[in-house]
Amino acid sequence: METYNAKVLVRLKPVVLDPQGKTVLSALKNLGFDEVRDARVGKVIELEIEGGSEEAVRKQIREMCSKLLANPVIEDYEIELNGERER
Amino acid sequence: MTRFGVIVFPGSNCDHDCYYVVKDVLGKNAEFVWHQERDLSGFDCVIIPGGFSYGDYLRSGSIASLSPVMSAIKEFSNGGGLVLGICNGFQVLVESGLLPGALVKNSSLRFICRWVGLRVENADTPFTRLMEAGKVVRMPIAHGEGCYFADAGTLGALNRDKRVVFRYSTPAGEETGDEANPNGSVENIAAIVNESGNVLGMMPHPERCSEEALGGTDGLLLFESIVSSLEGRTSPRQTLAG
Repeated sequence: METYNAKVLVRLKPVVLDPQGKTVLSALKNLGFDEVRDARVGKVIELEIEGGSEEAVRKQIREMCSKLLANPVIEDYEIELNGERER
Repeated sequence: MTRFGVIVFPGSNCDHDCYYVVKDVLGKNAEFVWHQERDLSGFDCVIIPGGFSYGDYLRSGSIASLSPVMSAIKEFSNGGGLVLGICNGFQVLVESGLLPGALVKNSSLRFICRWVGLRVENADTPFTRLMEAGKVVRMPIAHGEGCYFADAGTLGALNRDKRVVFRYSTPAGEETGDEANPNGSVENIAAIVNESGNVLGMMPHPERCSEEALGGTDGLLLFESIVSSLEGRTSPRQTLAG
């Protein structure tokens, strides 16, 4: 068994309106950052997890995402394990 | 006598109000049910009250949706038992998959606490049978994440099967503008039922408008509808305010 550090990035799906992102966008513009075209806010969940292999750990995290960490109706997720991302 | 169970999660805060309405206003049997409970036999209706279960951590209702009592509620609803989810209770129901869609942050990003108009879309449910379709009732809302979202396919099915029970509207029944739609919900949806019609989720608080002293009694119509469908008779109070 090895310990893995994983990051799960959870984002609202593009079709879901993100009022938080819109508010951040307008605040950035107020600060003079006129170059910003869009902003969306998501969340990062950091996991320290034990597993036999990278593949097994990824599989487990995918299960966690579908059961709890992300809501498939409104959110997409990406898993980052040892710096490698996978949707 | 008709028996109501009021589910209590850590962070529920409308549980006592629901209990009070059932027991003291309606004069029916009410019992609190702790979220670790696995058995709901003997109950006729289960209420998932409002509040902030588990501090709204991760997503509103997401942690509560995994508690032991939710498996019991699934079983209970499969057997035809009536389930009413109010506010956070609605969020728990969508997170648990008992109702479709999701509830996300209000489009204004603000917590909104005010009275709203609700147009009765379907009066042919156990929860609204004493109301009249097309009429507008008044109830208060109090939430930060009550913006209903569902994809086009789900919305199509909800509309086709008349599963939208209340839509936010002006007192005259119109759907346009912020006054009508307080939180940005798609198609002004405020309440929906499941396919078999025995599970209702709603953002407005009927328990906060079940006595004149609280400024309105339209909420009582909802509770009385439940009692009348369970006891198989119509209540003498058939008039609809507003």
